[in-house]
Amino acid sequence: MSAHEYLIRGARLVDDRTVDLRLSGDRITEVGSGVDASGATVLDADGLLALPGLVDLHTHLREPGFEQSETVLTGTRAAAKGGYTAVFAMANTSPVADTAGVVEQVEALGRAAGYATVRPIGAVSVGLAGEQLAELGAMASSRAAVRVFSDDGHCVADPLLMRRALEYVKAFDGVIAQHAQEPRLTEGASMNEGALSGQLGITGWPAVAEESIIARDVLLAEHVGSRLHVCHVSTAGSVEVLRWAKARGIDVTAEVTPHHLLLTEDLIAGYDARYKVNPPLRAEEDVLALRAGLADGTIDIVATDHAPHPVEAKDCEWDAAAFGMVGLESALSVVQAAVVDTGMLTWADVVRVMSTTPARIGRLRSHGQELAAGANANLVLVDPSASRAFGLGDLAGKGINSPYLSRTLPGRVHATFHLGRPTVLDGAVLPAEAVSAGVVPAEG
Amino acid sequence: MRHLLSTRNLSRDDAVRILDIAEDMADVATREVKKLPTLRGRTVVNLFFEDSTRTRISFEAAAKRLSADVINFSAKGSSVSKGESLKDTAQTLEAMGADGVVVRHPSSGAPQTLAQSGWIDAGIVNAGDGTHEHPTQALLDAFTIRRRMHGSAARGRDLDGVSVVIVGDILHSRVARSNVWLLTTLGASVTLVAPPTLFPVGMGTWPADVRYDLDAAIDDVRPDVVMMLRIQAERMRAAFFPNSREYARVWGLDDARTARLAPGSIVMHPGPMNRGLEISAAAADSTRSTVREQVANGVSVRMAVLYLLLAGGGEV
Repeated sequence: MSAHEYLIRGARLVDDRTVDLRLSGDRITEVGSGVDASGATVLDADGLLALPGLVDLHTHLREPGFEQSETVLTGTRAAAKGGYTAVFAMANTSPVADTAGVVEQVEALGRAAGYATVRPIGAVSVGLAGEQLAELGAMASSRAAVRVFSDDGHCVADPLLMRRALEYVKAFDGVIAQHAQEPRLTEGASMNEGALSGQLGITGWPAVAEESIIARDVLLAEHVGSRLHVCHVSTAGSVEVLRWAKARGIDVTAEVTPHHLLLTEDLIAGYDARYKVNPPLRAEEDVLALRAGLADGTIDIVATDHAPHPVEAKDCEWDAAAFGMVGLESALSVVQAAVVDTGMLTWADVVRVMSTTPARIGRLRSHGQELAAGANANLVLVDPSASRAFGLGDLAGKGINSPYLSRTLPGRVHATFHLGRPTVLDGAVLPAEAVSAGVVPAEG
Repeated sequence: MRHLLSTRNLSRDDAVRILDIAEDMADVATREVKKLPTLRGRTVVNLFFEDSTRTRISFEAAAKRLSADVINFSAKGSSVSKGESLKDTAQTLEAMGADGVVVRHPSSGAPQTLAQSGWIDAGIVNAGDGTHEHPTQALLDAFTIRRRMHGSAARGRDLDGVSVVIVGDILHSRVARSNVWLLTTLGASVTLVAPPTLFPVGMGTWPADVRYDLDAAIDDVRPDVVMMLRIQAERMRAAFFPNSREYARVWGLDDARTARLAPGSIVMHPGPMNRGLEISAAAADSTRSTVREQVANGVSVRMAVLYLLLAGGGEV
């Protein structure tokens, strides 16, 4: 098994050591200085930062059912482009990922593509309808070994169903990832409720609709002793509720999206549907509270909520537009702009919130490992000193509904390695044949 | 003026100029031949994604009095209800050579999207978008107020010193929004009165006073103008207020409240009215009422707007 040997020369680690890394097969075999390059393809990483491959706990790959928006192949290409080596694929496909069959299919598609490890998320309720528990146990014991369950796109609003789901997944160390949105308080809502929504005549999505569900769910999680994860936290009040819950010892984790760390609602003043997203962009004080929450650990991770849509779903009037933004390709740059370049997070913190902790929440042991001999060879080489006007060429999935087009963003992903094989080199995504050629056939 | 999308960005000079041109247009209506050749050979499309016969015929009359060719495109029951996008509809109108598009749309911001999209070159007039704005309604309201206050000496005047109380469903009203921006730009002071459920949150940024008590507003403000907004029946079912009887009792302009209004003050309503709900029959039919003048003035104001957009009327 000597086919793929790589030597990454002179990369900087987050602890500021400059090292060579030798990759052999799917492992890192040596980390140090003056590592022997014989038989290996050498990559000069001078000036580049080596990070463990990023892990996204919240991705919409759209397949099966919405292949006009994205497929497992195109979505994982976008992931690789952004430095991700693992993505958790949300369950709101068609059919919904609420059975073992669907999650096994998605997992197999990811394995065949080879760009990233695809971990399917199972639906909490049948058809995301919020009425009856999906076959959580069957999905957990399937080949896809699902550990994260979510009705994302919909809130598990029924408190009894939420309680049962939280309890039930304890049997296999699962976690419920809640899309916290009180449905009655957000009927017809499509932007943050505040002065601007009143002026624009757009139905407001009040912060309390998120915060009240988080408050309820942390109390439920405490009561039944379960693990809860909160998706895409977007308000200052949510950060406060989570801070209180963690101080109380409740087993809750939370994510924030890159866009909620950088963008504010005033972008909506021109009714540009690229900024229509759920939960909506909020006010400046929310953005600052989310950054502070991420810095102090109240918010555990950054997750993209990568939500690709076909062009026509955004090229229309506000009400007719779909919710969501693509985010995989831009996430690391946006995080750098929002919290690294502003001095709130170190690169070691970035590894924690974008790799180590999301892998741990999702119980994905092969990712988020420290770059050391013996670790799985999932890593990304980043040039943090780069700066570029983010453009269509920076996108690698099907969706071009990025809110960052023409914006100047810092940093650039130079190379990505997934299980020892490059998926991105010199900033370019490698062709599908080259990547899938190294794929290990699925077991059993 | 390239488009008219909102009253928010109109300056006082812009607004006064539109109202002055509307005065000229009103003079045309008193002639034997109520028609000007100004827009001959120009095509105005009334693109209505919502039913509104009153607004549509007002724009139609305005365009026809300026000799424009008028095409009425009711998007209900057309290709649009079969799933055609706003983009395709706009490009169709562009291909047909529309010079001006008057658009009524249930989605807030749709006229602005049309104007910014590059799908169509025509001048866009917002004829009411969702719960956002209805700028020509506000202009005709300002025109009506100015005429009542200043009569034949109205030209060149603003609304300095005029006090206006607007009562009703502020939350969902595009008329209220356009009027708040325009009337205050023209120098009027605006007080909004509604049940707390029918105000948007974050009203602190609006240039208007907010009150919940209509009686106190009438007695404290001594308004020159009381503008009543239409209450939609479905608001009741969505728990904005208990029922229409309670609404009429607390926030309706009934006979007793009408009687307490200062002499010379006027009562306005954008129509269509719910008599007995937000306005009593006596108030609607009294000499204070400007409801029919508003309809007549609507044509003059819309003529002025179409003229400025399409006749190369220069920068406003």
